[in-house]
Order: sequence, then C-alpha cells, then structure tokens
Amino acid sequence: MISSRVVLKLAIGSYLVLFFVYLFLPLVFMSVVAFNTSTIPQVTPWEGFTFNWFRVLFADSQMWDALINSFIVAFFVVIISVPIGLAASLLLTRLQFKARNSFYAILVSPLLMPGIIIGISTFLFWDKAFHLSGGLWTAIMAQSTFISGYCMLLIMARAQRFNKTQEDAAFDLGATHRQVFLKITLPFLKPALITAAALAFMQSFENYNSTLFAIGFEQTLPIYIGSKLRSFISPAMNALACIFILITITGAVVYEVMRRREAIKR
Amino acid sequence: MRKLRQDAIRQFGTFGILLILGTVGFWVICMILLPQLIMIDYSFRPFLPLREIGGPEDNYTLKNYMVLFTNEFHRIIFIKTIWASVIVTVTALFVCYPISFYLAKVAKGARFSLILVGLIIPYWINELLRIFAWQLILSDAGVLNQFLLTINIIADPINFRAGNGAVIMGMVYAYILFMVFPLYNAMESLDRNQIDAAHDLGASWPRIHWHIVIPHAKPGIAVGCIMTFMLAAGSIAAPQLLGSPSSFWFTQIIYTNFETANWNQGAAYSMVLAGLCLIFIFSMMKIFKVNLRAIAK
Repeated sequence: MISSRVVLKLAIGSYLVLFFVYLFLPLVFMSVVAFNTSTIPQVTPWEGFTFNWFRVLFADSQMWDALINSFIVAFFVVIISVPIGLAASLLLTRLQFKARNSFYAILVSPLLMPGIIIGISTFLFWDKAFHLSGGLWTAIMAQSTFISGYCMLLIMARAQRFNKTQEDAAFDLGATHRQVFLKITLPFLKPALITAAALAFMQSFENYNSTLFAIGFEQTLPIYIGSKLRSFISPAMNALACIFILITITGAVVYEVMRRREAIKR
Repeated sequence: MRKLRQDAIRQFGTFGILLILGTVGFWVICMILLPQLIMIDYSFRPFLPLREIGGPEDNYTLKNYMVLFTNEFHRIIFIKTIWASVIVTVTALFVCYPISFYLAKVAKGARFSLILVGLIIPYWINELLRIFAWQLILSDAGVLNQFLLTINIIADPINFRAGNGAVIMGMVYAYILFMVFPLYNAMESLDRNQIDAAHDLGASWPRIHWHIVIPHAKPGIAVGCIMTFMLAAGSIAAPQLLGSPSSFWFTQIIYTNFETANWNQGAAYSMVLAGLCLIFIFSMMKIFKVNLRAIAK
C-alpha cells in the first residue's frame, strides 16, 4: 500500500505542474504564432517559419508613436505620483489627527475602484473645469490618481519604521528642516522611493482601463494594442507579445542573478 | 488643533508642511473628490443637445438611473455582470488558494524563488495580450478546437466564445495574481508551529485549513476577492476581446454611452458600477470582519 504522504506529495506535485502549465501554455502558444507565416494568428496549421511579423510590427509608425506616448505618460506619472505618495505618507505617519481614518479611506479609495470610473471622472473633470478634452495630460492625471495611492502605501510601509530620534538629534544640533529632510528623511526612504517609482512606471505602462476613457484620440501602447486586437488581428501583435515576454524573462533572470550575487557578497 | 499645528511646524517647518498639504490637497481635491463630484453632477442631468445645456430643460433628474430599470437589455447585462464577476472571484480563489499556501508555508529556497518568478512573469505581460492568448486558444480555428478535432472527439469546431464562458476564463487567467499575492501575504505571517501542532494532534489537512489557515488568512482572502471582483466587474478588455455579441458586459454599455457622446448616461452607469463595488467591499469587510487598514496593506 502507498502511504498517504506519497499520495499527498503526488497531488501537490501534479497541482503545481498543472498550475504552471495553465499559466504559461497560453504564452507559449502566443509566441509560437509570431513565427508562423499564416496571416491569421493561429498555431495550427503551421505554414512555415518567418520573422516577417516582427518586420511588420517595426514598420508600423503608429506603434512607435504609441510607444513614445507610453514613455511620456509613464515619465510624468512617476514625477507626479511619487511626490504625492511621499507627502501623503509623511502626513499620515507623522501627524496624529482625528479624521485620520476617514482621510485614509479617501486616499486609498481610487485603488478599490474600477479603472474605467477613474478614467471617466478625470475626463469629465478636465473637460468641465478647464475645457481640456481627452489627451495625454488627462491620461497622466487619471493614472496618477490611483498610482499615487500605491506609492503612498509603499512609502508608508517604510516610513512607519523610521526612528524619529535621529531627526530630533539633528534639530538639537541646529539643523534646518530642509537639511533634516534632505540628509535624514529622504535617504532613509530612498529604497521605498525607488521601488515606488519603478512600480509607478510599470503600472502606467500597463494601464488600459483608466487610460481608455481619458486619453481621447491619442494612443499609448496598451490603447494601440487594444485597437489593433479589436479590429484587424494580425500576428504582428503576437510578435509584440513575444518581445514583451522576452523582455520580462530577461529582466527576471538579470534580477535573480543580481540577487544571488548580493546574497553571496553578504 | 493648535497642538497639531505646532507639531506639524516643529517636524516639517512652515514651508515644509505647506508643501505637504499643497501636494496632498491637489491629489485629494483635483484628482479624487472633484472628478467624482462632477461625474455625479453629470449623472443627475438629462442628456441634451449642446445648445440646451444650462437652459430651462437642464434640471436634476433621476432619469439616467431609471434607465437601468426600464431598459431590459441593460438590466439583464448588469445582473449578468454581477454573477459572472462573482464566478470569476470564486474560481480565482479556489485556483489560487493551494499555490498561495504552498508558496507561503511549504516551498523553500531555490524552489520558492522559482515559483515566485514564475508567478510574476505573466503579470508583467500586458493584460490585453494575456487575454488575447485565450482568443488564440478558444476561437473557432483555435488551439483547443484543433486539438479536439485531431483526436476525433468532435466532428465540427465548437464555438467556445458564444456564451460567457470564454470571458470568465480569460478574466480568471488575467487576474490570478491579484488573488495570489494578498493570500500569500496573509498566510506568510502564520506560525508554522501552529500547523505542525495541529498535525501532531491528529488533525486532518482539511481540518487544519478550515480551523487554522483560513481564519488566519481572512484579511488576505477579503483583499483578494475585493481586487478580483473589482477588476472583473470593471474589466473592459476581456469582454471586448473574448466576448461575442451575446456576452456583453456592463462596462461595454458605459463605453457605448461615451462613444455616442451620452456622457450623462455613462456617468450614471459609472456611479452604478462604483456603487456595486462599494457594496461588495463592505460586505466582504463584514463577512471577514476586517477593516480598511488590513485591506490596504
């Protein structure tokens, strides 16, 4: 008789395998299609190997425009969201005020709302208040509304561990507020600020829902992908997906190698 | 109040605290509150031709909200969106619970980081492309149909995209990580000794999970469900890419409203969607007895 431990081990093993097959098989199919000569994106029938879809993708000027827009939007989202997150986290961790909990609820509310609502309300606000119709600026504002919330939570997690006696000592020695902020508070928060900036950039780069309603006739990369996938589907999109996958895997490998090197150093 | 002001100035200086208040104020007022208020204002005004806006006809009305009750198609779609989002949430919970537990309490060392990286890689690939991958699998000439035809299980391709199934599957796949990480975070802080003790005393695995792991992971379950439900109910990419005319989603009605420039109707339906998410959040908080602080961790 097989012991129940073996059965359990087998069950866990097969679950893990199934889970990752489920996670990765669709991505494998998607990449394979990028190299099939067939003009309709499909895995089978296999009509021959080609790099042509990458050429088609790179020749599409719309894609390059969308990519540049994505970088512009993401850059401004970082510039706006990280300072907002920093200011809000300082306010919430350093000062004790009565309405703190309800204030906190307002600040995290954009994180718990569907993105399209943020996109729509931002669009309506800028249209009504400043007669500014949808474009890159409204997209930046819509994304920053909720990305600031992520930045705040990340920075707060570190700010809570801050030892105030350092600041008090500096004040006692005659340091100005500016000096204390630049030489003590900011360096302590630096790792969290870097993580927040990276997260803000990637969140912005990925965002579809909020951007769709706010951006008007402009396009970021996800909006471009969306419009392409909804109209005429070409394997060029698979080529794009393939590039995304390659970049992600390279990033993961580089990160892992660097982490191991760090671990050895210690 | 005076003490608070003194404390603020002592810590940040007058200029510093003004800068902080200005920055946070801009966020709260110009990005969170005013846009919501303007959307509410739009939602209570009738849809009028441009020249009549601000005229005698432009009074507050409940008309835009009443459409949800009078238009049968919209009502059916709205209710469908609710239950389909619940199915997505529950399915994601069942799919993700074991892997989260494994990651939090069983996997160690190299295997742990391998699983973590394996989970994160699909997450960094655009949501639209992840959903598109399922289009390749589920379409008429897709991988699944081709496979079933080849092994002679079916004679003709099955239209998997006809009902809501494809949209639901695509969503579970796209939002899986938003369930895994909250669950993992909550389970990670559980003391392994508790599990071992229960095991030594002869408790079965289901009992251990029911009485120890699940109660401990409550905040994580609540957060995972809230995030997944919110993403599913608010998803527009999945129904746009995977859906067929018969699987319309509530967000698509909102999108159509904006395409036809009926911002008032769109605003009202956005409020309905926001209300739905709020109700879901509060009921999860009640069911799992967690507060907002635990949720936003």
